[in-house]
Amino acid sequence: MFNASLKEIAAALGARKISSVDLTEQFLDRIGRLNGDLNAFITVDRAKSLAQAREADARIARGDAAPLTGIPIAHKDIFCARGWLTSCGSKMLSNFVSPYDAHVIEQFNRAGAVILGKTNMDEFAMGSSNETSFYGPVKNPWDRAFVPGGSSGGSACAIAARLAPGATGTDTGGSIRQPAALSGITGLKPTYGRVSRYGMVAFASSLDQGGAMGKSAEDVALLLNVMAGFDARDSTSLERSPEDFAGALAQPWAGAAAEQPLAGLRIGVAREHFGAGLAADVAEAVRGALAEFERLGASRVDIELPRSELSVPAYYVIAPAEASSNLSRFDGVRYGYRAPEYRDLLDMYCKTRAQGFGAEVKRRILIGTYVLSHGYYDAYYLKAQRIRRLIAEDFARAFSRCDLIMGPTSPTVAFPLGSKVSDPVQMYLNDIYTIPPNLAGLPAMSLPCGFGAGNLPVGLHVVGDYFSEARMLKVAHHFQRATDWHLRAPKGI
Amino acid sequence: MPLSLDEVKRIAYLARIEISESEALRTQGQLNDIFGLIERMQAVDTSAVEPMTHAQGRALRLREDGVTESDQKSLFQSVAPQVEEGLYLVPKVIE
Repeated sequence: MFNASLKEIAAALGARKISSVDLTEQFLDRIGRLNGDLNAFITVDRAKSLAQAREADARIARGDAAPLTGIPIAHKDIFCARGWLTSCGSKMLSNFVSPYDAHVIEQFNRAGAVILGKTNMDEFAMGSSNETSFYGPVKNPWDRAFVPGGSSGGSACAIAARLAPGATGTDTGGSIRQPAALSGITGLKPTYGRVSRYGMVAFASSLDQGGAMGKSAEDVALLLNVMAGFDARDSTSLERSPEDFAGALAQPWAGAAAEQPLAGLRIGVAREHFGAGLAADVAEAVRGALAEFERLGASRVDIELPRSELSVPAYYVIAPAEASSNLSRFDGVRYGYRAPEYRDLLDMYCKTRAQGFGAEVKRRILIGTYVLSHGYYDAYYLKAQRIRRLIAEDFARAFSRCDLIMGPTSPTVAFPLGSKVSDPVQMYLNDIYTIPPNLAGLPAMSLPCGFGAGNLPVGLHVVGDYFSEARMLKVAHHFQRATDWHLRAPKGI
Repeated sequence: MPLSLDEVKRIAYLARIEISESEALRTQGQLNDIFGLIERMQAVDTSAVEPMTHAQGRALRLREDGVTESDQKSLFQSVAPQVEEGLYLVPKVIE
């Protein structure tokens, strides 16, 4: 069952070929064998998972199963789950057993899915390599000397290594798509506001968005069906009627025939995505994917995203500014870590935060504190918000001429562990293609499209207009019916 | 406009993060590298552009001003570092 799709697993559960308890045990055993090396999971809890699996089996026996009932799903350790350690990859929350469920967890529980465990991540989702985790780096299953990407690196690794059939992630500047690309899996960041942020530890609230990670677009669609939906407890949650993202995947593009199912689809390709800084092996794989889309009937439109180079500077003002505000809650008083020794209240705050946060989180809090401080607000924060609008306007212009935008997810394939960790600016430039959709609030996904240097995976970045997830997933599904990049698994897995 | 060592220490104080002399020195270099990247924003004139505060440009939803939370004080305090008789304990602030 380790290579099976969610649909195949659901069919096997429905036909009683396997029980949820057996399935969950198989995945837990596999995690037990491989996680010591890969470090994809921070927490597994056999008893809790199996209790949910037994409930799921009873529900299936009653004939009351939903599509994901009985299927074990791994959750990024940023989602609060009642009774589970929810560390967010930080020492600051290394003792935090959540007293409540995130909306996303409630939705999966309601669907009868099993919590398989909590996955490793960059501390507070700040990182592109999973090396900032308090629980140590995650390894890339394609080559264990390389990073899996981040910040949802544990979820990406778990899917790639077949430790979980599906997983959740979050994406503030690329944290679902970049690890999906570097680990050779499919991941989608929905339109901002699709998935509730309630119970999802906050990093940069105007950008943070939960999403799904899986082996294929079809699996991602099934996961998104469970995750998406209005939640009054998130003030930015969107009130929209429910959509079935998985229902129409196999249908051709409107007006197209079966032999050229994507005829009529206009794919925007931006010159800015193929300039200096893009590695030749990644460019080649992405061009190969674009040629495949043309074989499927799609046409290419040249577009311009002239302000995209300003997205990284603007992001590194907005995200740290919001983070410095959000992370001020960690003061050692109500929950989380408290320094063991201190002189007075101020000293308790300062020592708790100095000891509880890692280097990257502190750096971002300091940047954010500075850009929001008296006299600098206009020059940095307001300026960055103005650039944010320019970037959103670039996309709006592009989408008047095309249906989807495609390009590389990341400028290179996975890089060696330790190679960028001491140079923050180099690390930040990894997210040059993934950041613009977050600033605009657009949906974006990455899907496997080939291999580059060292036989490491390459991801294709697909950006859609607001609320076009169903179309994006349909287009990705047709690509995956015509290719087998997404079916490749790392050696020895 | 590079940050001085004193500015780095002042920012750390504002952020309530204790910082040693050697950490402040290391951080100074890294922050100045990052601000070198951020300064690229100044290359574009944005004086006529409205700041974008929300991805969908919508006003935040408001709710009725009513009681919506049930009392879960003891559950929530079970994860606190130090609690006594329902109160969070911190070092003495007022003599």
